[in-house]
Amino acid sequence: MTIYGVGILAACFIIGQLTGELLGRLLNINANVGGVGFAMLALIISGEWLKKKKLLSAPSLEGIQFWNAMYIPIIVAMSSIQNVRAAFSTGYVAILAGIIPTVAVVFLVPYISRLSKKQ
Amino acid sequence: MEFFSTFFIKNGLIVAFVTVAAMIAIAYGLSKIFFKNKIPGNAIAIIFGLVLAYIGGEVAGGKNGIADVAVFSGFSLMGGGMLRDFAVVATALGASFDEIKKTGLVGILSLFLGVLLSFTIGAVIAALLGYHDAVSITTIGAGACTFIVGPITGAAIGASSDVIAISIASGVIKSVLVTIGTPLIAKHIGLNNPQSAMVFGGLIGTTSGVAAGLGATDPKLVPYGAMTATFYTGLGCLLCPSIFYYLMQFFYQN
Repeated sequence: MTIYGVGILAACFIIGQLTGELLGRLLNINANVGGVGFAMLALIISGEWLKKKKLLSAPSLEGIQFWNAMYIPIIVAMSSIQNVRAAFSTGYVAILAGIIPTVAVVFLVPYISRLSKKQ
Repeated sequence: MEFFSTFFIKNGLIVAFVTVAAMIAIAYGLSKIFFKNKIPGNAIAIIFGLVLAYIGGEVAGGKNGIADVAVFSGFSLMGGGMLRDFAVVATALGASFDEIKKTGLVGILSLFLGVLLSFTIGAVIAALLGYHDAVSITTIGAGACTFIVGPITGAAIGASSDVIAISIASGVIKSVLVTIGTPLIAKHIGLNNPQSAMVFGGLIGTTSGVAAGLGATDPKLVPYGAMTATFYTGLGCLLCPSIFYYLMQFFYQN
């Protein structure tokens, strides 16, 4: 059933976010620390386990895939509620922070790839 | 008139769904007709979103972009933290531990190196351009990773909305740049086999940009690059608001 997939996703979300909140308290940072990352790990691990045990039926999977597919639309909506006017008044930070690190990192690709061929 | 605005406000989330659907449809149309899919529809749609947010800021004068315009208030639910994080977690389903094991340590190395370098250079740029608080510098550094890592980091450590907007904007610029630039530079960086595609995805990270850029280069490379890239956002979301933010606090006050 589709709701099973949504339920698995929601359970991983809650486990991850709770871990992030608790880690934040432990580290004395008043913030959620990597909750989304932990939730993703939980989904990868539980997803693989469920697939191996054949407990994840196609309709269940759809419940997760729907939200996977909604991520770009949600990111579009998220972009629409940001304080863009204020961001642009701060100037070219966004442009430079978008271009310079990317260009720098791209040039590493051949060197790192060569490492993997030596293995 | 009041009848319509009351109706739209009452059904805010659904209004947001139909508006975003229209924005994405137009974006994909523009991408196909004017840019021959070289600029991905997703990137154009996100730019539409940022433009809409700018217009909302001009019209309503608030901090929440288009959501401050009453009839579009549903955007704050659709684009808010809860659904955003939920959808991002769902993307992890495409990633697999066994697959990344096949690239071995080099894949993992490229992931860590990619997040670390993008963050560091982004943070240095933020510091050079006049940001002197750990929260803003961390958020902009995270934005140099991807347009998801930026806002999630910013939200987690309490960055202001304008800094979050910068982090999204730089992530979007990165995505557009990777999409357009990948086919142009592929030959020069040896991007013609699964291994280098995985390293590329790990180093660059922006899933939409990597998927679109590799698609324009050689569609066979897409799953390899996209797979490591899928881990990038998770790793960024794990490292930026935790260790990186923690380290930044040694250099800058809040």
